[in-house]
Formats: sequence, structure tokens, C-alpha cells
Amino acid sequence: MRRRAELVLRFTRAERWVHRATAHVMGVCLATAGCLYLAPLAELVGNRPLVVTLHVWCGLALPVPLLLGLGSRAVRTDAARLSRFTPADWQWLRAVRTRACQTRPMAAHRPAGKFNAGQKLYAQWTLGSMLVILGTGLLMWLTHLAPPSWRTGATFVHDWLAAAIAVVVAGHVRMAWRDRESRLGMRTGLVERSWAEREHSYWQPVRDDPADAAPTGDLTG
Amino acid sequence: MDTTHEEDRGTPVGRRVVLGLLGLGAAGVAAGPFLQRLESGLAERDPSGLTGLLPGNNGFRYYSVVTSVPERDATNYTLTVDGLVERPATHRLADLQAMPQRRLVKDVQCVTGWRVPDTPFEGVPLAHLLDTAGVQPGAKAVRFSCFDGAYTESLTLDQARRDDVLVALSLQDKPITHDHGGPVRLYVAPMYFYKSAKWLSGITVTDEVQPGYWEGNGYDVDAWVGRSNGRVDAPTS
Repeated sequence: MRRRAELVLRFTRAERWVHRATAHVMGVCLATAGCLYLAPLAELVGNRPLVVTLHVWCGLALPVPLLLGLGSRAVRTDAARLSRFTPADWQWLRAVRTRACQTRPMAAHRPAGKFNAGQKLYAQWTLGSMLVILGTGLLMWLTHLAPPSWRTGATFVHDWLAAAIAVVVAGHVRMAWRDRESRLGMRTGLVERSWAEREHSYWQPVRDDPADAAPTGDLTG
Repeated sequence: MDTTHEEDRGTPVGRRVVLGLLGLGAAGVAAGPFLQRLESGLAERDPSGLTGLLPGNNGFRYYSVVTSVPERDATNYTLTVDGLVERPATHRLADLQAMPQRRLVKDVQCVTGWRVPDTPFEGVPLAHLLDTAGVQPGAKAVRFSCFDGAYTESLTLDQARRDDVLVALSLQDKPITHDHGGPVRLYVAPMYFYKSAKWLSGITVTDEVQPGYWEGNGYDVDAWVGRSNGRVDAPTS
């Protein structure tokens, strides 16, 4: 049970919608990719033209939630935060590296603003890989757009990048799985102040009334 | 913008990461054909088969245009030959096995890019089946139908009479499995693999070429490997 007085607003409704919509579209892209690419799944599902259509249209839809979300000031602010590294982020990266090298129980201090350096890198990877997978997908789909050697190259990049995206998304889900408060933050928009102070010490949450952000029913998590 | 304190400024790592990925992507597209050949070459010399797990791997991929395909075997498989022929016929699997066979070992090239080297196919030359049925004067083409209920293919009569076009009964010296289009599939060695219709159930001689399933979706009717579909692969036959 989370006490409302101790909750701070982490993600607005628009931010949560962008995250959820992108996640769903990406999920369909990965699932249909599996059905086109992995022989056992392809044999199970068949129906290639339908799966291709679904894959293509969900692929085209990938950047749409983010583009719509840019209409929200909160989304724009967080996009700006995610795009820049502060001295704290470099320190966070050094701390992670130190900890990976020496398995001392004393974890080095990992300072972070609203987003830590790992989250920033993940967001930047997501945007960059989304653009590349979309571009190569377009080259494969609109076959008269470019010479055939481009299509071979695009197929090559698309295949490898898709595998990389699947691995990174799995890592993203694993991180979320291990941090309940972080998950609740993305689902309800609210996190406990003590969690925020521990995990994101340089973040100063806006002192909004949390009641704006979520219906009370969600608060129990 | 009312972003708070120190997060306003800082190194624009985001821009660098995104531009870096775009650059890598473009370089990958440019170097892709070379890297793809490198990967295929590696896979050919790899006895462990581990490279088969890599993205863009070599090997057959399963394409079906319908949800499920019925299974047929020696007890219930038939191949009909009809249309503009003197003697329409229905062959069982045993009938086809009793006919003269030809074995071909060539590369298989898919229009989507994958290529399987030195693949043995064996079966009845299509020309033999056409001669047995007796093609009528005025016939120009052959249409193929499949027991998946949806796929069709076509060849001109001249293409169909080539000696590297088979009604294939075995693949890699084993009976063709269901997943590979068995028990009987077409094998058109010199063309992209979509011409080699799986689950072959009918051969109809016609007076004009009727474009097949993928041709209806924008692929070339005359699908010579390396000379069609905007591709430049090495010819397979």
C-alpha cells in the first residue's frame, strides 16, 4: 500500500501514453518479425501476406506516438533531459564500470537526475535504432525507391538490427521486472518520494498534486 | 523551457548517439551486399552449423501464403495434367516415381536474398510429362496449381520444356517433406525460387501466360535469376 502523501509525480498521462503506445506497436513488430523470420513460428502461423501487412503498418506507426506526444510540454521536457549528459551521468557510468570490474559489496555512488545515464542511453538507442529500422524497412518495402544492391544492404541491416533490438528490449523488460517502484511509476505516473531520493538524487520533482496524475484506484498498485 | 537546474546544459550525447546510429545504418546498407557474401561464405565453411543461427543466415525459409496446408502422401496425392492436351491424366505418387528421373545439383536463390548452395533436386522432367500428355497446337503456356488452395505459378511452354525444370520428388536426396512443399513440388532451376511452386497438384496447358500468385503482387513473370526483379545475383542454371 502506497501512502498518497509520500508520492511524487514522475510521468504525466501523455508520457505514459507515449510509452505504452510505442511499446504495443514495437511488440507487434517484434512478434510479427518472429513469425516471418523464425522457421518454427513461420510454419505455425503461415499466412505470410497478412503477417507482412501487419508488420509493415506497425513499423510505419512506430514513431507516431512520440511525434504526437511532442505536443505535450512534459514529453518535450523529458526528451530534452534524455538527450543531454550532465557531469552526474558521466559519474554514473564510471560507477557502473567500476562495479562491473571489482565485485566489491560497497556499490559506488551513482548519482542521477530524473533519468540516469543508462536510461538516457536506452532512450537514445531507441530513437536511433527506430529511425534506422524504419529507413531500411522502407527500402525493402518500396522496392522501386532504390537500386537493388541497396535493398540487399537494407535487408542485411534490418535483420541484424532487429535481432539487436529484440535483445535490448528484453534487457529493458528485465530491468523493469526487477524494480517494482519504477514499474508503478510508468503505470500510475507516481513514485514514492523515498525511492526518488534514493534512485534519482538530483531530480527535483514538480510539486504537483499527485491526484491530477492518476485516478485514486491506481494508488494501491 | 522550465527544465530545472543542471539538466538544461550538458553534453549533447543524445544527438551523437542518434546520428552515430544513422551513420552506422547507412554504412551497413552500403557495405551490406559485401558483408552478406562474407557471412554466407563463413556459413558454407562452418561444420558446426552455428552460423545458421545468425541473422540473415543461410538456408531455406518457410513461406506459406495460407494458414495451414493439408498434408498429402503416397496414399492420397495426385497430380492432374489437363488443359490443351491430347491425353489429360491424373498421376499418383507411385506413377511419378516410375517415370524417368533427372537429378540436378544447383544453387537455390530466393528473391528476398537468401541463397542455398549446391542443392540436389531429383524428379520427372516437366517436358516428359508434357510429352506424355501430348500438347495441342496453339498452346503457349503452362499454369501450375497447388493443394494449399491458393498458390499458382506459370511458365511459357518454351520455359517449361527446358531440361532444368523438374516435377521434383526429392530434395537433398530425401523425399520432399511437407514443410518444403512435399510430396511433390515444382523446381525451376534457372529462376527465383518463388517460381518453384510447393505442394504441386495441377499442371494446365493454356493458350497464354496467366501470372501466378506473387506476380499478382508485383514480382516478375519471367523470373530469371540475376536478370529480373531488379536483382543482380549470379545465375543458378
